[in-house]
Amino acid sequence: MLDNLSLLTLAPVLNIQLLLDGLFIGAIFALAAYGLALVWGVMSVKNLCQGEYVIMGGYCAWYLGTLGLHPILALPIAIILMFGFGWGIYVTIIRRVVDKDMFVSLLATFGLAIVIQQALNLIFGPEVQVANSGFAIRSFFGGMVTVADIKFISFLLCCLLATGVVLFMKRSRMGQAIRATAQDARAAKVMGIDTDRVYAFTYALNAAICGAAGVMISMIWVIQPFYGVTHSIRSFVIVVAAGLGNLPGVIMAAFGISLAEQFGGFVFGAELQQFIVVALLLLVLIVRQVQMGRHRQALQ
Amino acid sequence: MKFHKSELFGYGTLLTIGILGPLLFPAYTSQIAVLWIMVLFAQTWDAMGGQMGYNSLGNILFFGSGMYISAIVQIGLFYDVGVYTSAFGGDDAQFTSAQYYIGIFSGIGAAAVGSAILAASLGWVVFGLRGPYFAIGTLGMAIAAGELIGTWDWVGGGGGIALPVFPGSGDGKSQFFYWLCFLAAAMTFVFFRWLYTTRFGLAVNAIRDDEDKAEAMGLHTLRHKTVAWSISAFFLGISGALFGNMTGFIEPLEVAFPTITFGIFMVAMSLLGGKGTLWGPVLGAILFHVIKEATWTWFLGWQWIALGTIIIVNIVFFQQGIIGWMQEKWPEMFGIEVDSTAAEETTGRAGQ
Repeated sequence: MLDNLSLLTLAPVLNIQLLLDGLFIGAIFALAAYGLALVWGVMSVKNLCQGEYVIMGGYCAWYLGTLGLHPILALPIAIILMFGFGWGIYVTIIRRVVDKDMFVSLLATFGLAIVIQQALNLIFGPEVQVANSGFAIRSFFGGMVTVADIKFISFLLCCLLATGVVLFMKRSRMGQAIRATAQDARAAKVMGIDTDRVYAFTYALNAAICGAAGVMISMIWVIQPFYGVTHSIRSFVIVVAAGLGNLPGVIMAAFGISLAEQFGGFVFGAELQQFIVVALLLLVLIVRQVQMGRHRQALQ
Repeated sequence: MKFHKSELFGYGTLLTIGILGPLLFPAYTSQIAVLWIMVLFAQTWDAMGGQMGYNSLGNILFFGSGMYISAIVQIGLFYDVGVYTSAFGGDDAQFTSAQYYIGIFSGIGAAAVGSAILAASLGWVVFGLRGPYFAIGTLGMAIAAGELIGTWDWVGGGGGIALPVFPGSGDGKSQFFYWLCFLAAAMTFVFFRWLYTTRFGLAVNAIRDDEDKAEAMGLHTLRHKTVAWSISAFFLGISGALFGNMTGFIEPLEVAFPTITFGIFMVAMSLLGGKGTLWGPVLGAILFHVIKEATWTWFLGWQWIALGTIIIVNIVFFQQGIIGWMQEKWPEMFGIEVDSTAAEETTGRAGQ
């Protein structure tokens, strides 16, 4: 452990590699976490199958890749498929838990997560998969730092998608309706907004964003049916740390957690990577709780 | 204690299954033993989730801690734990009969007390969290515990520990653990039945109904919550020690801290039976276990999808659970007296 730490100070170039990886992966985390913040803020549903949607998107890209389609071209298809899937899940399940106790939505989506994991496992098998994009890998600093071109491309795509979503929320009629519903669902209803449709659209949009994040994950990282849980926990850490409706906060927290994971994984060893994510969750919860406790309030 | 007629029927059924079960179906002894552990799980979860309104997704933490505490005590009384685990169970480490029984009973005791202490100390961390934050925080704790134990070489790390071997036949072993499990579940049930009739039970219900008001009325909510969690952990620790010894081999991720299997089953069972009732978790656990064993036998490969679907359908369409539904339908069966004039007034008001 200490050896690894001293290695970082002896060879500062390694820091650059970790920083870059943290940046590229953090952009994807930010995307998935923004989806969660959207659903949480608008309809107060704690979506615990967030990570499963990410993995589903990844499998879309991977499966289309085995059929000969390039993963980047699979991106729009994955978005459309996941949008439809999210809409279907809303109509069958989420619609009935929106106005219930919050634990209900948490547990219902947890059940959904189990079903999706197992279905993916049955369909695609438990192997770890990567969607091969076939781009070159560049080396810098005499081979000490290597960056695949696909990571740059996925970073750009993430920025593009995020800008698109933000513009959509700001400019379009539906985006306005979503924001109005988030502020006061009852008033929005009185003003003639079909809140049920807004909820359905929000949930489907979240699934689509997660699906897009999953396509990137499958290109620059790995996917496996059971890796979704860690993605869900990450999204929760980011949203809890940043607070709802705080887009810059979500982006900063996403880069923070991704960097913490990269450096933590390097220093403590890869087998502790999941532990680091969970430990960050607990840390964030404790800090938030102490902050609230000063005002005699509880985190709820 | 006053017994209601339907309650006597419940006791009769439970005792019949408990005593006649292993005698009539000796091949299923260990399955029925696991059934009692499930009943214990559901009871201890419901004390938190149903009665106190704190829905924990990580109560499995105390199951695992009990398992490991018991293992350390059982081995540590007679051997050096580090040496024992590094030899992977060690061929030279033999336990005599007396050593085994001394070890297991002190192990169970230590597991119960140790888990309760662990719960009391963790209570300071998690009880500022409410609702979904509490659920996610406890889930994180259970996952973290499993990952941490997996890197701790002194207790065998990810490779696990083989526990002392039962001195006797395989039949004798399953009988021995069957009665211990039955006893543990019965003890838990009787204890909670008593607890819910006390002032403490009322205080816990008050926390569920409105925590801020309860605190304003002068209830020390943090203390009550911590004690309730410690009680849950006490019994969960016992179940962990028993289950670990029954399996004979413990390992952090699949056996000791199975967050997404047993950890979720205990929630699903309580909800299926009806949370916040005394009999709901028992009924839910029995039904769930039977369904689970059936799907595992006949739908192998699809069993998880079946279980996930049960959880979703249960939580979305049938939230009050079986006992909750029965209480609404036939309140007199539970000794609940409905004031007919009041009932008419409410229905009348709803109709207007």
